[in-house]
Amino acid sequence: MAHFTKATSVKDWLNQRLAIETVEKVMASEYWIPKNINFLWAMGMVLAITFSLLLVSGIFLLMYYQPDVKDAFYSVNYTIMRDVDYGWLWRHIHGVAASVVFLIIYIHMFTGIYYGSYKKGREMIWVSGMLLFVTFSAEAFSGYMLPWGQMSYWAGMVITNIFSLGGLHLDGLVEWIRGDYVPAQAFLTRFFMLHVLLLPLAIMGLIGLHFAALRIPHVNNQDGEEIDFEAESKKYLAGDTAGSKVIRFANDFMSKDLMVVGFFLIFFFYLVFFQYGFALDPVNFDPADGLKTPAHIYPEWYFLWSYEILRPFSVNIGLVAFGFAQVIFVLLPWLDRSPNAVPASRRGMFKVWFWVLLVDMIVLTAMGKLPPEGIFSTIGLVAALLFIVLWIALPFITKNEKKA
Amino acid sequence: MKNKEPLILVVVVAFTLLTYWLVEPYAHSVMHKHVESQNFAYADLKPLTKTGNAAAGKDLVMGAAACTGCHSIEKAGMPSAMDAVSAAASYGVNPPDLSNAGAIYDAKFLADVIVNPAHALKVEHKFDASKGKMHPMAPFAGAGGELEQEVADMVAYLQSIAVKPDQVTPKMAYENACGRCHSVSYEKWTQIGEKPAFKFEKDSLAFDIKVLEYQESLTKYMGKLPPDLSMYIRSRGEHFISTFIENPQAHLEGTAMPRVGVTADAAHKVIEYLEDAGDTKRHERASVGKMVLIFSVVFAIFALLWKKQVWKNLH
Ligand code: HEC
Ligand code: HEC
Ligand code: HEM
Repeated sequence: MAHFTKATSVKDWLNQRLAIETVEKVMASEYWIPKNINFLWAMGMVLAITFSLLLVSGIFLLMYYQPDVKDAFYSVNYTIMRDVDYGWLWRHIHGVAASVVFLIIYIHMFTGIYYGSYKKGREMIWVSGMLLFVTFSAEAFSGYMLPWGQMSYWAGMVITNIFSLGGLHLDGLVEWIRGDYVPAQAFLTRFFMLHVLLLPLAIMGLIGLHFAALRIPHVNNQDGEEIDFEAESKKYLAGDTAGSKVIRFANDFMSKDLMVVGFFLIFFFYLVFFQYGFALDPVNFDPADGLKTPAHIYPEWYFLWSYEILRPFSVNIGLVAFGFAQVIFVLLPWLDRSPNAVPASRRGMFKVWFWVLLVDMIVLTAMGKLPPEGIFSTIGLVAALLFIVLWIALPFITKNEKKA
Repeated sequence: MKNKEPLILVVVVAFTLLTYWLVEPYAHSVMHKHVESQNFAYADLKPLTKTGNAAAGKDLVMGAAACTGCHSIEKAGMPSAMDAVSAAASYGVNPPDLSNAGAIYDAKFLADVIVNPAHALKVEHKFDASKGKMHPMAPFAGAGGELEQEVADMVAYLQSIAVKPDQVTPKMAYENACGRCHSVSYEKWTQIGEKPAFKFEKDSLAFDIKVLEYQESLTKYMGKLPPDLSMYIRSRGEHFISTFIENPQAHLEGTAMPRVGVTADAAHKVIEYLEDAGDTKRHERASVGKMVLIFSVVFAIFALLWKKQVWKNLH
């Protein structure tokens, strides 16, 4: 049995029982971060903060929201927006954060791709990140159902319908997901459960996994330099903080994280109060009406690129392409055959691949929202084919890459 | 080594703005028909050429033109001939009270609605006298004098009894111009008036039944029940609503909703009423927003200073 002595202070008392000093070292003061990183490495912290905003605002909304097809729209648009003090504020924070979190996720993902931060022991960071992306997507979709507006209803209808299309013909599955033939009470209640319980739990667990996956390989740096963390941290602890290539997570790196978070919050609150229309779609302020199909049905902006990969093809091919787009990012660490974990700018063809992929996904995003007519459907088709070709070409491009 | 952060920031911001522009302003400009506002000039209607005489107008309104046979004018002590539900059963909709019509409707529009309602209301696709489909508001064919003069007299009379245009309240504008067709449940407004707080459930239900009866007639008249407008300021936005009431046909060709002919000022009041219903907290949002942004800037400055202090020894 461990030996306990009379505590000399509260800290000592806790330390004997929880080893807080060791924990503090492992997680903060001696969690070594490369010095040579830019503000893109603060996006992880920005995501953590945005998730906290979602969690807190969501808890407040949950106190008044009614998961009932008759009352849901009213509880959101009357009770929360008009009756409850500052209910509108929580709703705007929640809605805008749900949209902005995807902007930051995409920046975070493309940062990882650009700097090759998914290889050399960082594969689990990447995979856990992609799992976060998938659960966040499910979380956003289920949340979008809750106000039970026109877009909630019709997006729910169209997306769940995907399984019944073409060769899949899984009508039974669609019914099972909906709990009914059409989106109705059973559908709303189960998406409510997913949104406020199961998925947030999964996200919190996955964030834990993501952070754990970071601890051993450490984060990458902006020159892809291999750092001897042992030697550099000794240098730092010996007092040569300026000469060492590493810094403490806290307070060194944290102070920079917090600075970036500070600037992010100015942008975020500007959107919350003055520019929220992109996140709270106007069409969803019409109550759900199963008899009135809206003129244009489109998903939220962050789903548009994958939606557009489904749309320009015939049903069966579209479904295959859509499935491909959903899983392909997870496989990135294995499709990239080059051992170089350096910035794309030093990786020849991969540099081209990176920028073409980024632009292609923006084009897909735009075409996914525009009506699929005339020139837009042609551009959409070409962009979708390009997306597939890019991923098929990746192993070949990277296999012959020179050592950087 | 050179600091790449400014360049990275520019790249991130540029791609973000490009994506935003494509999926928001650009996509919406492609998806939605763009209708320019004509500033409620009603250029298709003839200007009034005669100067009206309110006293002569009064006699016509109460007498030969029989306006009060269908419309109440409470200000002039003329109550409605029937209650709203019976009026809707006869005409399809309850003809609005004309007490403040002179302040809410455009003068050219008033003149035109008196002689040719289907034309002024832009519902000639539904009502065509030559095919025997009469508009429920009977056109005024003249009382023996010069038609244009008589019409000008009636318009002058309606203007003389109405409140001053700057005294039109949002509620007054809405109830006159839209209230007979559109409920606004978040403001307790029904097509037959504001629903009072009843002491007994029985009375409340009796009121609801009257509303349902009214809506039944209205649905028959319009082809569908006009939507509840509680959240329309958020679902359609100010520009759409304003250009829609100016000329519904420009947005929805063949729609049964009439052009109501309000003045530009009255249209603003209608919008304000809808904002009070569906965007109640807009003033609070603006003022709280300003404070939060100031706080965020101060926070960012302190964060920046802290970072500088911590990193002093790291370079
Ligand atoms: C005589 C009845 C009537 C009056 C008066 C009337 N409306 Fe309407 N309104 C309708 C009907 C009917 C529709 C449904 C039109 C359709 O779908 O074709 C409608 C639809 C609308 C719409 C929805 C258009 C859309 O995008 O679907 C708005 C907004 C609207 N009205 C606003 C107003 C406002 C504001 C006023 C007062 C200034 C007003 N209406 C007065 C009958 C009326
Ligand atoms: C036979 C009954 C009848 C008579 C007589 C009549 N009206 Fe009307 N009036 C109506 C009805 C019904 C409406 C509503 C029509 C609708 O909303 O589709 C109406 C609507 C109006 C409107 C509102 C138009 C709008 O844009 O909302 C005005 C103003 C008006 N009448 C003025 C007059 C005047 C002035 C007279 C006398 C010259 C008159 N009415 C005589 C039945 C009548
Ligand atoms: C809300 C969800 C997420 C949170 C809270 C989060 C948080 C973090 C944090 C705090 C870091 C360390 C600091 C940094 O490099 O930014 C990090 C690193 C990383 N994340 Fe995430 N992340 C999330 C989602 C994702 C997603 C969707 C991916 C992509 C698949 C991803 C991939 C990575 C990678 C590759 C790194 C390592 C970067 C490096 O080594 O340089 N993360 N994440």
